[in-house]
This record gives sequence, structure tokens and C-alpha cells, in this order.
Amino acid sequence: MAEPVERRILRRTSPSDEEIVINFGPQHPSTHGVIDFVTQTNGEVIRRSIPDIGYLHRGLEKIGETVSYPGYMPFTDRIDYLAAMLANEGYAMAVERLLKVEVPPRAKYLRAIAGELCRISNHWVAVGTMASDIGASTPLTHALREREAINDLLEELCGARLTFNYARIGGVSFDAPEGWREKILRYLDHLDSYIQEWDRLISLNQIYVKRLAKVAVISREKAIAYGLCGPNLRGSGISWDTRRDLAYGAYPEFKFDVPVGQGKMGATGDCWDRYAVRVLEMLESSKIVRQALDKLPEGEIMAKVARRVRPEPGEAMARVESARGAMCYYVVSDGSEKAYRVRVRTGSFMAMGIIEEMSQGLMIADLIALIASLDVVAPEIDR
Amino acid sequence: MKITTALDSTSLTTRYPKTALATTLFFMLALPFLLYVVLLLMLPFNRPEALDAVAQRLGWDLGHSPYRDTWYGVILVVEATTVSLYTAVFAGVTTWVERRIAGRMQSRIGPNRPGVFGFMSWVADAVKMLFKEDLIPAEADHLLFRAAPYFSMVGLTLPFVVLPFGESVVVADLNVGVFYLTATSAFIVVGILVSGWASNSKWALFGAVRGAAQVVSYEIPAGIAIMVPVLMAGTLSMQGIIRAQGGWPWQWFACQNPAAFVAFFITVTASLAEGNRTPFDLPEAESELVAGYHAEYSGFRIALFLMVEWANMWIMGALAVTLFLGGWQIPGVSVEMINQTRGTDVFPTWLWFGWQFVSLVVFAVKTWLLVILFIWLRWTLPRVRVDQMMALCWKYLVPGAFACFIFTLFWVMVPAPVHLVSGVVLSLGAALLLVKFALRTYKNIAQVKGARVDLTNW
Repeated sequence: MAEPVERRILRRTSPSDEEIVINFGPQHPSTHGVIDFVTQTNGEVIRRSIPDIGYLHRGLEKIGETVSYPGYMPFTDRIDYLAAMLANEGYAMAVERLLKVEVPPRAKYLRAIAGELCRISNHWVAVGTMASDIGASTPLTHALREREAINDLLEELCGARLTFNYARIGGVSFDAPEGWREKILRYLDHLDSYIQEWDRLISLNQIYVKRLAKVAVISREKAIAYGLCGPNLRGSGISWDTRRDLAYGAYPEFKFDVPVGQGKMGATGDCWDRYAVRVLEMLESSKIVRQALDKLPEGEIMAKVARRVRPEPGEAMARVESARGAMCYYVVSDGSEKAYRVRVRTGSFMAMGIIEEMSQGLMIADLIALIASLDVVAPEIDR
Repeated sequence: MKITTALDSTSLTTRYPKTALATTLFFMLALPFLLYVVLLLMLPFNRPEALDAVAQRLGWDLGHSPYRDTWYGVILVVEATTVSLYTAVFAGVTTWVERRIAGRMQSRIGPNRPGVFGFMSWVADAVKMLFKEDLIPAEADHLLFRAAPYFSMVGLTLPFVVLPFGESVVVADLNVGVFYLTATSAFIVVGILVSGWASNSKWALFGAVRGAAQVVSYEIPAGIAIMVPVLMAGTLSMQGIIRAQGGWPWQWFACQNPAAFVAFFITVTASLAEGNRTPFDLPEAESELVAGYHAEYSGFRIALFLMVEWANMWIMGALAVTLFLGGWQIPGVSVEMINQTRGTDVFPTWLWFGWQFVSLVVFAVKTWLLVILFIWLRWTLPRVRVDQMMALCWKYLVPGAFACFIFTLFWVMVPAPVHLVSGVVLSLGAALLLVKFALRTYKNIAQVKGARVDLTNW
């Protein structure tokens, strides 16, 4: 049995009388799930903080070896419950590559629309909880209100509001319902103008900016070295987006920008940059959804896939741009109905690594801002 | 079939939004006012002569009765209890008001079940708190842990001795009033510090140390800024400071003197920090310290802490209103006019009671507006960091307060006509700012598609 982190930190650093070791978690209002940040502090100033993960480990990768290929789809929802659409898509793409199945264009477009709506809803939670962690509680409820509208849209599409289980191996489960397009467009019109109110409410609030600017600055080199991905990587000024640079599905046909951190409020790669990237990404997602709705082709939504999925022995990897960065599924087949191995690489797990280094010298309130700005989801870390 | 009962307040609020809003405002003022009226009616009995006069009318001779002093004492105890009760009632009503306003701001409903539009929710909360287990952590310092809320309670109740409510409604008009208020309200931080230490919890200790640093630091700019109206009035007595101002906005200290205008904002900021209100709610920062200094408290002890926090808003508001915003002064009615209506009898005339009541209303409305401002700020702003909180105090507020203080030293030598001119100019400027703010808000609301001002969820 491994030594508990708390004891390890005590042994390694032998804190002086002026220092205490304090557990931020596993139950704490701003750890975004069941994570424990074992923190050694001297008063308000943190000497180091080590994330102790694993409280939410449910063996989701092992489950992938014990259920059939299509049967694993609902489990992918549980890997990242805030962006389940995107987690579905990644797994479906990996198995499709194993099977060498081509997805019909309409299904690709529907995946893109549902995925981008899901990304907007995820980013609402991300920026809302971040504001709440900084001490403003009103933006969170407004963000959740906006997210509810998307939940309604996605519920109309696939019947679920959180764990969608929408993608299928070879396509999607349901076609767009009647009148869905108009409802989405009405929401996107509201979203584009509402972002301005959101910026006035919180993004440009002087206290909020001062709390986040120049705090926990992650340089370009460090972001790459620690393997950060998604908005966390782009926050450090690196223009890398799987949707654009390793385009998959319907994405090659859309025009959109990749927002990156520019250090507008201080230094490139500070907490405010990571926050602003998420806000801007919502507008980009809105652009993508509009284009996809305009070009949405007619046709089938499912490719011809046998009821019992038995891929040839081999391996396949798929990478999607999840809300927390590149999400990779690696699936190995031994020719049977069940996968030989399923492995998932997630953005939240990668973000955990940088906390120990970045936390040194921060204040307690800054650590909360750092954790919030990385937008981690505990089940995605532990799986 | 859906059964709608009279108690189904959701349907009531959605059906009659304006009535709901009016009821909210009515209850907000009504209950604290009930205590006001009790106080006002008992006012003449503050003196033994009044008791004698009543006895005379009834044909008794109290002059030689051994019970005369006892009766007098009983009346005083009833009055003192009423004032102390005021803190509890105000805190309770404010919890409800705050939750209603927060609900409205956060586009949700807020408490609306018990009583009319959820008004009884604060009573329900208090009863629930009473029945909760009074848990004391095994490793805690039992004596101090139990004692801590009472320190805070003392710090809350003592300032009410000098806080005026109306022209004649004040417990004691001490000649060191402002000084007394600043000194006694600092007792609250003793409660915070003791509770954090006694809890034997790291979170509570963090909160307590933050609280001590914050409250003690902000006492300094607050103390200096308070000296500005004291200099202008030439007295430390709370009633004296109000009497030196007038009813119209240009007669208020905040508008008379540019330095007092600045000092008003310094005082309000500092009292926000002393009252641990957002953006200075560091001692109990939920997202950082879980619940800060009262993390280990439960049951009625935490209710006491929360009551102190909410009732403290009245002190914060009333202090600013007294010092800067003209207190209970009725526009167009001078103190002499009110005194003339009193008559020579032991019992004042009904007209005098009427003016007293109006002065109570004026004071309460001003204070409630400030309290609503504090609530509004709490649900809008994020929290500052510890070092930013300290920097704001020592780099900006303390020098600013000193500058205001020194400016006022010279200002009191300026002849009176200048006071009138600057009063009119400053109050007009303040009014213009308010108008601009309203227009800007209206424009911002109109900008967002699909959003509108509606009262259906009030």
C-alpha cells in the first residue's frame, strides 16, 4: 500500500514550526470533485501543494475490457460528465477506426453540433464555478441558467440532459427533431449578446481581473513540458486545437478561430488568460454550430455496422478536442466481442501534474484560482 | 388534478408579481417598525415624573410608595429588551430580504414557502437551529468554544446604546457616542478570534487570523474618516452630529464638504471590511476556508454568529447615515419646530409623536437603502485576496482618510455660504451620477436579446 501523500509531504519537507500541512479536500467547496490537495503553508503563503488523486477511481478503463464495444458507450459518459457528448464521440471514432467504417456525413454534422453545444455548456460550468471560487456567487447561477437552455436542446435531441450516450459506433442514435434548428439559432443569438453582459458582470470586473491577472503564470515551455492540452494550453499562448490541426469528423468544413491567451490583463498564461480563452471559445463554438446547421446534409445517420461488433485484431487511436483538451482513446482488439484494452488520456489528468510546481509561493486564494482556471473534473482525472 | 391552496405561494407570486413585491417591502419594514412604535410609545415613561403623572390621574399616590422605583425599573428593562430584540428581529428579517434579493439577482426564486412569500422562513430557520445538536469538537477548548459567540453578541448589542433611531428615540445620547460605538463594535473580532482558536481546526484558525488582521486594520481608516463629521459638528455625540446637519441632501455632511464625500465612501468600505461583508468576506471565505472561523460551529451557536453578521449591517448603515447622510432629519422640518409641538405637559402632544414617527421613518429608509446596497454588493462582487485587502487599507484608505481629515481641519474655517454652494453642487452631482447609472443599466438590459425585466419570479 502506497504511503499517504500527507505523510510523504511531511517526511520530504519536514515543515518547520511555522508551517502547517492542510488538506484541501477530499471534501472542499472548490476542489471540483473529490480531490485532495495536500498543502504545506506558511500562513497564507503556500510552500507546495500536491494533488492526491484517486478518490473517484471506478476502473472505467478496466470496464472497457469486460463489456461489448457498443455497451461501453454509456460508460464514456461517466468519464467526463460535463462534456459527455465529446467523450462519446472519441470512443466511437476509435472503434470506427478499428472497424474501418465510414460515418455518414449527416451523422458527422450532428456529432459536431451536439459536441459544440456540449462544449458551450461545459464552458458555462467552467467559467461559472471559477467566478464562484473567486467569491462571486451570482455568475454561477447565471451560467447554470444558460447551461439549462443547452440541456433542454440536447434533451430534445437524445432524451438525456447529462449522460447523453448519443454517439453510436458508425453514427448517432437520433436524428435532429423538428424545429430543433430554430431553437438552437434562437439560443445562439441570445448567447452572442449575453456574453457582453457576462463580461460586464464578471470577466472585466476589476476585483476579478486583479485576482486572476499575473497569478500562476504558465509559460509556453512549461505548458508543453507538462503536457497541458486544450484551453489550458491555449491559455499559455500556444495555438493548438485538435479540431483544426488534426481535423476529424465534419470539422475540416468549418471556419473558426482558435482563441489563445494574449496576456491582455498581465502575463500570457495567467489565470485570466485561461479563463478568457474559455469565454471566447463559446463564441467560436457558436460560429461552428451556425455553420453546421447551414450545411447540414440530408441522408443516413448510421453506417452499416453489424449488431455484434467484432473488429479484426489490431489497435486504433482516436483523438478529439474535448472541453478539457485533447481526449485520446486507445482501443486494442483481439478479434472478440470485447476490447482487449481500452485506455483514455484526459486533459484533467494532465493538468494535475503542473499543480505542485505552480503552487509554490502562491497564496491560498491563488491556489483556488489556479485549480479553477485549469477546469479539472475529478472523474476525468481518476476514471 | 392539481390542488391549489392559499398557501401555494408560488402561484401567488407568479399571479400577482407587483403585490408580491409590495408585500416584500411591507414586511421588510413592518416588523422592525413595530418595535420602533413600542419604543416610541414608551418614550415618555423614561422619566419618573411621567409615572407620577399617570398615578395621579388614576388617583394613586406613588410619591410615598416603595414600589415607585421598581415600576420605573420595570419600564426601563422592557425598553432595554425591546432595543436588544431589535437586533434579532432585524437580523432575521434581513436574512429573508437578502435571500429574496439574491434569488431575484440570481434568476431563481428564493425562499417562498413558509408564511406569505416565505416571510416566516427566518423564524423557521431560527427554530431549526435551536433544535440542532450543539456539537463541540472533542479536541476543542470547550469553555472558549462555548463563550466565543457571546463575545460577538456583546459587540453587536453594545453599539445600540448610542445608535439613534429617531429625533428622541435613542437609548443614551452619550457625549462620547461615536468613540463608544467604535470601541464596543470591535468586540466582535474578539469573538471571531476566540472561536477560531478554540475550534482547534486549521480552517477556523486561518479564518480567525484573517479576521483579526482585517478588522484591526480597517478600524484605522474608519476611525480617521469618522473624525471628519465629528470635526464638522464639533461633537462626538451621535445626536449632536445629526442635529448639526439638515433634512435636505445639500445639508448633509456628505454633500457639504468634498472631503466628507470621500470620507463617506471610506467609512462605508471600511465598515464593509469590519462587518466581513463581500468583497471582504475573507474570514469566512467559503471557497477557500470552507466556512472560516465558524467552520466547526453548529446549532444555535452558528445562528448567533450569523445573526451578528446580519444585524451588524444595521450598525454599518446607521453609522454612515448618522455621520454623513443627515440621520433622521426631516426635509423642511427643523428640530426647533418639532420641539415646539411637544407642549409643556408631562405627556407630549400627538403631533409631536407624529413628527417623531416621521423621523423614525426617514432614518429607517436611509439605513435600509444602505443595507440593500450592502446586499447588492455581496451578490455582485468577487472576493479580494488577503494582500489586496491589506494594500487597499494601508495604501489607499489610510492616506485618503488622513487627507480628508486635514482638509476638513481647514474646511471648518470656511464661511457658511460656501457650505451651501458646495452642498448644492455635490448633491446635484450625486443625483446626476444616479441618473446616469440608471440609464446605463437600462441600456445594458436592452442590449441582451431575450432578456427583460420581469417580476414574476419575485
